[in-house]
Amino acid sequence: MYSSFYHIHFVLLISRQGKVRLTKWYSPYSQKERSKVIRELSGVILTRGPKLCNFVEWRGFKVVYKRYASLYFCMCIDQDDNELEILQIIHHFVEILDRYFGNVCELDLIFNFHKAYFILDEILIAGELQESSKRTIARLIDAQDSLVEIAKEQASSISNMIAQVTK
Amino acid sequence: MNPFSSGTRLRDMIRAIRACKTAAEERAVVRKECATIRAAVSENDQDYRHRNLAKLMFIHMLGYPTHFGQMECLKSIASAGFPEKRIGYLGLMLLLDERQEVLMLVTNSLKQDLNHTNQYIVGLALCALGNICSAEMARDLAPEVERLLQFRDPNIRKKAALCSIRIIKKVPDLAENFISPAAALLKEKHHGVLITGVQLCTDLCKVSTEALDYFRKRCTEGLVKVLKDVVNSPYSPEYDMSGITDPFLHIRFLRLLRILGQGDADASDCMNDILAQVATKTEPNKNAGNAILYECVETIMSIEDNSGLRVLAINILGRFLSNRDNNIRYVALNMLMKAIAVDAQAVQRHRATILECVKDSDASIRKRALELIFLLVNESNVKPLTKELIDYLEVSDQEFKEDLTAKICSIVEKFSPEKQWYIDQMLKVLSEAGNFVKDEVWHALIVVISNAPDLHGYTVRALYRAVQTSGEQESLVRVAVWCIGEYGEMLVNNVGMLNIEEPITVTESDAVDVLEIAMKRHTSDITTRAMSLIALLKLSSRFPSCSQRVKEIIVQHKGGLVLELQQRSIEFNSIIERHQNIRPALVERMPVLDEATYSGKRAGSLPPTVSTSTGSSLNLPNGVAKPPAAPLVDLLDLTSDDAPAPSSSDGDFLQDLLGVDLAPIPSLSGTSQAPPSGTDVLLDLLSIGTPPPVQTNPSTPIISSPSQNSQTSVAPLERLSSLSSPLSTQVSSPAGASPIVDLLDGLSPSLSMPDNKAQESNFSDNNGLVYPSIVAFQSGSLKMMFSFSKPPGNPQTTIIQATFTNMSSNVYTDFIFQAAVPKFVQLHLDPASSNSLPASGNGSVTQKFRVTNSQHGQKPLAMRIRIAYKVNGQDVLEQGQINKFPAGL
Repeated sequence: MYSSFYHIHFVLLISRQGKVRLTKWYSPYSQKERSKVIRELSGVILTRGPKLCNFVEWRGFKVVYKRYASLYFCMCIDQDDNELEILQIIHHFVEILDRYFGNVCELDLIFNFHKAYFILDEILIAGELQESSKRTIARLIDAQDSLVEIAKEQASSISNMIAQVTK
Repeated sequence: MNPFSSGTRLRDMIRAIRACKTAAEERAVVRKECATIRAAVSENDQDYRHRNLAKLMFIHMLGYPTHFGQMECLKSIASAGFPEKRIGYLGLMLLLDERQEVLMLVTNSLKQDLNHTNQYIVGLALCALGNICSAEMARDLAPEVERLLQFRDPNIRKKAALCSIRIIKKVPDLAENFISPAAALLKEKHHGVLITGVQLCTDLCKVSTEALDYFRKRCTEGLVKVLKDVVNSPYSPEYDMSGITDPFLHIRFLRLLRILGQGDADASDCMNDILAQVATKTEPNKNAGNAILYECVETIMSIEDNSGLRVLAINILGRFLSNRDNNIRYVALNMLMKAIAVDAQAVQRHRATILECVKDSDASIRKRALELIFLLVNESNVKPLTKELIDYLEVSDQEFKEDLTAKICSIVEKFSPEKQWYIDQMLKVLSEAGNFVKDEVWHALIVVISNAPDLHGYTVRALYRAVQTSGEQESLVRVAVWCIGEYGEMLVNNVGMLNIEEPITVTESDAVDVLEIAMKRHTSDITTRAMSLIALLKLSSRFPSCSQRVKEIIVQHKGGLVLELQQRSIEFNSIIERHQNIRPALVERMPVLDEATYSGKRAGSLPPTVSTSTGSSLNLPNGVAKPPAAPLVDLLDLTSDDAPAPSSSDGDFLQDLLGVDLAPIPSLSGTSQAPPSGTDVLLDLLSIGTPPPVQTNPSTPIISSPSQNSQTSVAPLERLSSLSSPLSTQVSSPAGASPIVDLLDGLSPSLSMPDNKAQESNFSDNNGLVYPSIVAFQSGSLKMMFSFSKPPGNPQTTIIQATFTNMSSNVYTDFIFQAAVPKFVQLHLDPASSNSLPASGNGSVTQKFRVTNSQHGQKPLAMRIRIAYKVNGQDVLEQGQINKFPAGL
């Protein structure tokens, strides 16, 4: 048989203070394991110096991380996966966030964390890359956002009508 | 219902949480929010379900429990609108994982949504399924996903492709249904579909050889052509990443080609040109380009041999290695590890650069480089490389010392050209990082020293010097203590001086000083102290002038709190006081420890990389001609008339002390040797109080005098090889690792093993019974079944057939099953049918073993097991205890 399946086991966004901003688990980890992983990795990654390489070996896996402003983007992969490609995927994700929020900052991701998840779901499924075109992803997210807007408007107009009637 | 009752907006909650100054404040806010949400849940509030779920997700991210929201996700998914479904699926993926039972309830909603008319809802369902589907869901929903691979919108096709990957990983049997739709995806133009389609084909090849053959025969040429088009495509802003069109697509193509080319000359041939083109034309100045080159090099290394391409690949790695970017150097080191298998010579050329990387400031790079150096060491370069590494050991970070020490010890053991060099290097390592050295390492050193009679004096003097400066290194102290106990008079009298040595003046009392310090130093642990006590006793007989002082030191521990030390102290004191006449005989020098036995035993308990070096007992790690094998002297055997079982507290302690096994180990019981003679040499090392075996057991020749050692004749060599044969069976036999005894400790009340004939007759007629099979052990993906049978006429004996199945999607290699039983049971393991366990339950490994329960009818069987194997090169260890044997075994 061949070597392992390549896929990303999880994605973590951690702030410089160690706060979790996004977590996505593509391999099964129990709640307890998840907090342990986050604790361990923030300990390792946040303390690494700026000029070191972007890879840490951890429990037989590799964690590829990159810091953008105050946030660390981390992805965990198998030993023999392509680390450089993962760096490229992280960058891809950041660029798409940037385009969506317009000069994205940590606060955007805090208050609109669900949107960051929606975007990630258009980039990765099952820990595999789904789309390389930033434009396509932006289009898909916009289309779904507008579906939500339409539904909201409908709902509010209905509740207005009900309010009118019951006044 | 009152709309104002449902609390704050999401934004306000996040603000409130961020405003908290202390963790307690945060907890209070979260508790209040959770209470409101719970109330809303129990009222089945629908208007704010959307918002409440979003809040729960945020609270979940902070690490608070949110299980009460799981059902809300399902309800939200089941509602009709897109916004509810969108947040519901997000919650499902975030709050649940595939192992939760609740997930089964969502299968029906997923099925409906996969058939929904709104393609975005189909997309949501595919995404959720791809991220969290379990094996059951995979079976139920595979037909839907398969159909969606042909959906009109490419964005659904690409999601369906990734979803299919998840499905075939969960249920590899389903792979064949996906082969032809996956092949169709390879003809698409849409990059998203191509990327996911190629990925699907790659994973199909991994789970199904049928798929591999199919793609290899029908798609290789097409793939090469499409990759050519991608490589040569003009600039396209949509897919451009630092001047390269869609590196992700490149990488996935290269990966699929790698699998198709591996082991198939025709397919490899077909892709040579394009690989050469990618390797030469890709711009190496940006990460995207380097990522492609990296993948390309790996493909070149994996496919069938083409020397031109390989030169190209090694050159790329050479360039990577001299790159200033740490990331690039890291991946170069990583890839050179794989390149060693292909062209070791070419990698050797970069040795100097790699050695520099061992000293890098970046821990990740150091670790990689050290692993690589370890693979590069051979007989011709071991001396300079070891010197470099030991020099570096002095200045390296504390946290790196452990890794570095382990590697140096392993290198030195494996390649050492002569014993003196080996001893020198080990002493340097022990002086520098003795606290990081594993027990096996210093045990092995003692065995080697014991086998080098010419070097006894040299070694004990070197150790004496080293201890003066590095007395804080525990394992150095232990080796020194042992050697001073054995060879103390050589230290004092400068016996056996080598011409490189400078004479030193050590008095008898100086030698005792070392032991006294080791005894009293507060950091010394019980092992060191116990060893020191023995050494002191030995010196008391050899240095009569110090006898009184030794006695005083020993007596100090009479009231000690540690039972072992107290006992030794009292016993030794009485030997010194009351048994003057037999003392010299009692504390004679240890017989030469048998290297072959020791290395054979070690091999059973060490990781495979090391065991290959020490496992074969004839290929000794050290270059000196081996003296005739010291026979397996079993001291306990000689005293067996008054001590029926090796379970006196002293014996038990000794075995724990050195972590070696004393009880008969199952694997040995199957070989031609009688179990007791397998007693570890290191046990002998510490046992005292038995008369020297020469006197009582003349049939086992003891080689203890140096003059005899030099007579290396043919006959002893023969004996050596005959000795080694049972040992080598032990190495390959799955059981027999020393930790077994530790497993046993909890199980076994101290019992002797009498041949209880009376019982045998009592239970002689159970033969016709049939015992039900049991699932003896089950973990996440590994299952072990036991089925039982009894040989006629022997009720104590049961034959157990163990069947192992592996339900995961990865093959388990180096599969080893070990078992330990209480002392009243004897165990004999046959070899396993294979050491590799196929994935996904496709076959199994069986192993027969025979247990003989000497307390049959009185005590039930019990067993502890350990299963070790490798998944993707990672060691996995599982263990457990089996108590539920059918009654009557």
